[in-house]
Amino acid sequence: MIKKLAKSVREYKPAVFLTLFFIFAEAAIESTIPFITANLVNSMNDGEANLKYIIKMGLILILLAVCSLSCGGIAGYTCAKASAGFSKNLRHDMFYNIQNFSFTNIDKFSSSSLVTRMTTDVNNVQMSFMMIIRIALRAPLMLIFSVIMAFIMGGRLAIGFVIMIPVLGGGLLLIAKFAMPAFRRVFKKYDKLNESVEENVRGMRVVKGFSRETYEKQKFSTASEDICMDFTKAEKIVAMNGPLMQLCIYFNMILVLSFGSYLILGGHSSIQIGDLSSMLTYGFQVLMQLMMISMIYVMLTMSAESAKRIAEVLDEKSTIKNPENPIYEVKNGSISFKDVNFKYKKHGKEFALTGVNLDIKSGMTVGIIGGTGSSKSTFVQLIPRLYDTTDGEVTVAGVNVRDYDLDTLRNAVGMVLQKNVLFAGTIKENLRWGNENATDEEIIEACKLAQADEFVSSFPEGYDTFIEQGGSNVSGGQKQRLCIARALLKKPKILILDDSTSAVDTKTDALIRKGFANYIPDTTKIIIAQRISSVENADLILVMENGAIVDTGTHSELLKSSEIYREVYEQQVKGGDDNG
Amino acid sequence: MANQRLPKGMSTGKKINVKSLIRVVKMLYSFYPKLVVVTGICIVFSSLVSALPAVFLQKVTAIIDEYCKNFKIHDNALWNIAKGKIIPLLIVLASMYIISIALMTVYSLLLAKITQGFLSKMRCKMFDTMQDLPVRYFDRNKHGDIMSHYTNDIDTLRQLISQALPHMLQSGIIVFSVLFIMLWFSFWMTIVVLCGVVAMLFVSKKIGGGSAKYFIRQQKSVGKTEGFIQEMMNGQKVVKVFCHEEQSKVDFDKVNEEVYNDCFKAHAYANCLGPIIMNIGNILYVFCAVIGGVLLFLKVPNIGIRSIVAGVGILDISLIIPFLNMTKQFTGNLNQLSQQINSVAMALAGAERIFELMDQKPEDDEGYVTLVNVRYDGETLIESDEYTGKWAWKHPHGDGTVSYTPLAGDVVMKDVDFSYIEGKQVLKGVSVYAKPGQKVAFVGATGAGKTTITNLINRFYDIEDGKIRYDGININKIKKSDLRTSLGIVLQDTNLFTGNVMDNIRYGKLSATDEECIAAAKLVGADGFIRRLPEGYETMLNNNGANLSQGQRQLISIARAAVANPPVMILDEATSSIDTRTEAIVQRGMDKLMEGRTVFVIAHRLSTVKNSDVIMVLDKGEIIERGSHEDLIAQKGTYYQLYTGAFELE
Repeated sequence: MIKKLAKSVREYKPAVFLTLFFIFAEAAIESTIPFITANLVNSMNDGEANLKYIIKMGLILILLAVCSLSCGGIAGYTCAKASAGFSKNLRHDMFYNIQNFSFTNIDKFSSSSLVTRMTTDVNNVQMSFMMIIRIALRAPLMLIFSVIMAFIMGGRLAIGFVIMIPVLGGGLLLIAKFAMPAFRRVFKKYDKLNESVEENVRGMRVVKGFSRETYEKQKFSTASEDICMDFTKAEKIVAMNGPLMQLCIYFNMILVLSFGSYLILGGHSSIQIGDLSSMLTYGFQVLMQLMMISMIYVMLTMSAESAKRIAEVLDEKSTIKNPENPIYEVKNGSISFKDVNFKYKKHGKEFALTGVNLDIKSGMTVGIIGGTGSSKSTFVQLIPRLYDTTDGEVTVAGVNVRDYDLDTLRNAVGMVLQKNVLFAGTIKENLRWGNENATDEEIIEACKLAQADEFVSSFPEGYDTFIEQGGSNVSGGQKQRLCIARALLKKPKILILDDSTSAVDTKTDALIRKGFANYIPDTTKIIIAQRISSVENADLILVMENGAIVDTGTHSELLKSSEIYREVYEQQVKGGDDNG
Repeated sequence: MANQRLPKGMSTGKKINVKSLIRVVKMLYSFYPKLVVVTGICIVFSSLVSALPAVFLQKVTAIIDEYCKNFKIHDNALWNIAKGKIIPLLIVLASMYIISIALMTVYSLLLAKITQGFLSKMRCKMFDTMQDLPVRYFDRNKHGDIMSHYTNDIDTLRQLISQALPHMLQSGIIVFSVLFIMLWFSFWMTIVVLCGVVAMLFVSKKIGGGSAKYFIRQQKSVGKTEGFIQEMMNGQKVVKVFCHEEQSKVDFDKVNEEVYNDCFKAHAYANCLGPIIMNIGNILYVFCAVIGGVLLFLKVPNIGIRSIVAGVGILDISLIIPFLNMTKQFTGNLNQLSQQINSVAMALAGAERIFELMDQKPEDDEGYVTLVNVRYDGETLIESDEYTGKWAWKHPHGDGTVSYTPLAGDVVMKDVDFSYIEGKQVLKGVSVYAKPGQKVAFVGATGAGKTTITNLINRFYDIEDGKIRYDGININKIKKSDLRTSLGIVLQDTNLFTGNVMDNIRYGKLSATDEECIAAAKLVGADGFIRRLPEGYETMLNNNGANLSQGQRQLISIARAAVANPPVMILDEATSSIDTRTEAIVQRGMDKLMEGRTVFVIAHRLSTVKNSDVIMVLDKGEIIERGSHEDLIAQKGTYYQLYTGAFELE
């Protein structure tokens, strides 16, 4: 997993190495400072003769501080570069890989989870990366240097360190180890609590409608108190960090003072007064580094989850690939299904489509009717090979769709998805998705055909009107018509409308269909609809139920032969439902 | 990426809002009066103790220094003489340390308890307040914004109570006591330290300010990238269908490069801040040492507060050493203090947002007419404590008498005017008469005011002018909870709650037995599919029943309304997001439910409303046509045009 992610460092490798180098230098310089200070202080004791020496040492110290500052500064700079670059590359790699995802891959992750992975998770990993190259090296280095310096300077006096490091280090790690699972458990509960608040906010009308305020309050307070208890337990483990550290500092302090004065006054060692305070400084430094290490440990385990989620996206291989010797031309718009079965998950039990056999001639208009869950959308999505069939084959113009170049096939099949999306940008920009090089005339023509020209022209800025993210500033029906125009600009051999006129009134709907018949007679048109009126003039109507085509025929044939069709028809006509 | 906060120690230029701080502390005190005081005392004492080592270090080094000067030979004999002075000092020091550690342990544990208890209580308080807020609040505020009070803002409170406030107190006390000790020892050296500190603060403020600027810029570009990613991920299937992959890669690289640049700059600044502050501390240390050395060399007379007691002496090494340590302690804690002040200010901003929610005015309920169980004693109604299945409105009058009106479901609206926002009238002179058992339908375009009418009947909103009467009683006089209990609602967006199917049905009537719930499900035709679910009525529903189809969810929400068994039902677009075939099934459930009740139906689909007793066609807040289906068809007005599909409702 780490290897996988590390591949994304790429051109920022030099920055990483520079950071490591300068951090090393900084740590080395930083740890000599107390040593020099001790010399300086010791020299004071000798009075007059050493004023020169004091100043000399002072200058050395300032020089060291400036060096340490520069090294630290440069390291900070290169580290920022490396970590920002690393996250940029990670996002880049993920985004590029996602572009290759097939529908199956997209379904597997869901779009909201992909968003979190590309934002929050990348951010977590970036922060950890910065920690690793900056602090994870610095902390143990400083720790080692400090211990070495303390031994050089204090000799036996440094014995306290030998006791302090394992006690404190072990203690901190132990606390982190115990606290983390406790926190993870609480956070899960906490997420659940917040979910239930969200549920409550969303369903406020239901809560109030049933006068369930008091009930909700009680439910919430029980859950909240439960979390409070768990949280307190976890926090109490972490609360021991402070006292443990204090204990170690104080222990070291007493040891240095008592043992130190014994060594000095008893004449057992050559150490001097000035060394005592530097020993305390080293002790403090060791302590800080241990704390850093325990913090890094916590951060790394926390972000390991994020790293895993990113690696999953990077590792995902598209389930649909271009064939080796693809065919680059789609001759006509005829379609045929031969014994097609399909299920969404390889190992899933339920088939979404079973036993589909069908021939559609080029230029035909085909209507599809069926309830929710009857797999109408699944059926049409097999045509541009958005999914691969599980059994059987789908051919377009007599060629198996798996043999076409993917772009060629998809450019020949214009599809308006049920859950359609316009992107932030002008109307023109959105329409050019269909054909980058479309002229203004072509765009207007497509819009006229989709019955969109009229309302677009009524906007003050016409085709340059800016569409907000998600297309929130056009109405549902307008959005659908723009999406149809966008698909028309592809000049497809096959045009598929997946419930794409549901928010368009019946009159306009009829005009759109009439336009299709007159202006693009050679294009095969497949129309999924809820309204019988949208399909009744089709050359062929398919009635789908539970993943199978149960009846086929023209409107008048089906009225006689198909019970379901008749039922829907009667309900809509008698119920007067022309607005569904 | 949105949570890339400013790193610690970076000035945001925010000032502490004293009023909110006092309010937080007051609340904290009101929850845990004793514990808060104990914690505070523990923090103060343990901080005072941590300032003491300097004093003891000075004393011990003074003794060593003295012995070193007086005795040139260092051996065990000298140590044996000296230890009589040193050991007792160290014992005092050690025992103070032990007390300090004990105090720290106590307050750390107490803080954990207080913080979490406080948060839990705040959450509950917030939730309680929220439950009583009028629907208007939820309509006006984005759900995400409301949620962020429970996530982000509560989190800032946690920071405030468990870290920022105690640390601020701690650092403040240490800074002041170290300052005092420094002054106690030597004025000269104190002045040197203070000069250095001023320089340090100046530099860190400069750099911090620059960094904050870039962080704000980074925040913006991060937001932009996030928006782009969100849009692309949501539209990924469209990208595929249009073979637009290459183009979107190019677009993404542009945005990605931008965020890289800002992120890099912001972090470069922030990363430099640490080494700079630390090394200024080092340089300050050196200055202190050198100047101390010079003063020592010049044998300058030392003046400090101590001089008042002990007389003016000469600056010696036993003073310089502790001073050097104090320099570090002083600058370190001063840095801490300024950081903590900053984070307190940020946390208080979160607290203020929570207070804003808590200070919202709750839905007022001046109603005094209540719904009670009754039984008949001949012709007269007698209130009963037990469940009788019969209900009546209990209406206490000014003169002390009480009258009972049987619950029937007669709803009358007369000349009702209403607007959500002043000046933008939504309903104009609307009158509706619904006799018990009648089905009244509202038809009209989005924004015509259909839902508004039902919002007024159950008093989610209050009318401006006109009257609404329920069983002849002005609804303003009826207690809201009782009014709503007598009205059942089924909405277009089915909101199911986490729990099993049975719990969800029982939501309509908490005291309902399993049998009652099943009976309700049977009534509306939901029993069949529920039994076929993996665990029947015990099947858990998560995430608003995502594991069910739209129609199934709707059936459960209809069963939920059925178990409540109210005399009046409001069905607001209850079937509009279901396809026509599924609707036919749900419709049967609805028809069963509607029998014998007064029903208000709002529907997009005319098939749903065709068999109503009265259909009202609304346009821009006014009823433009009313009558039965046949009447309206005969009128050949708007309804006729809708029916024949000449226009579209949007």
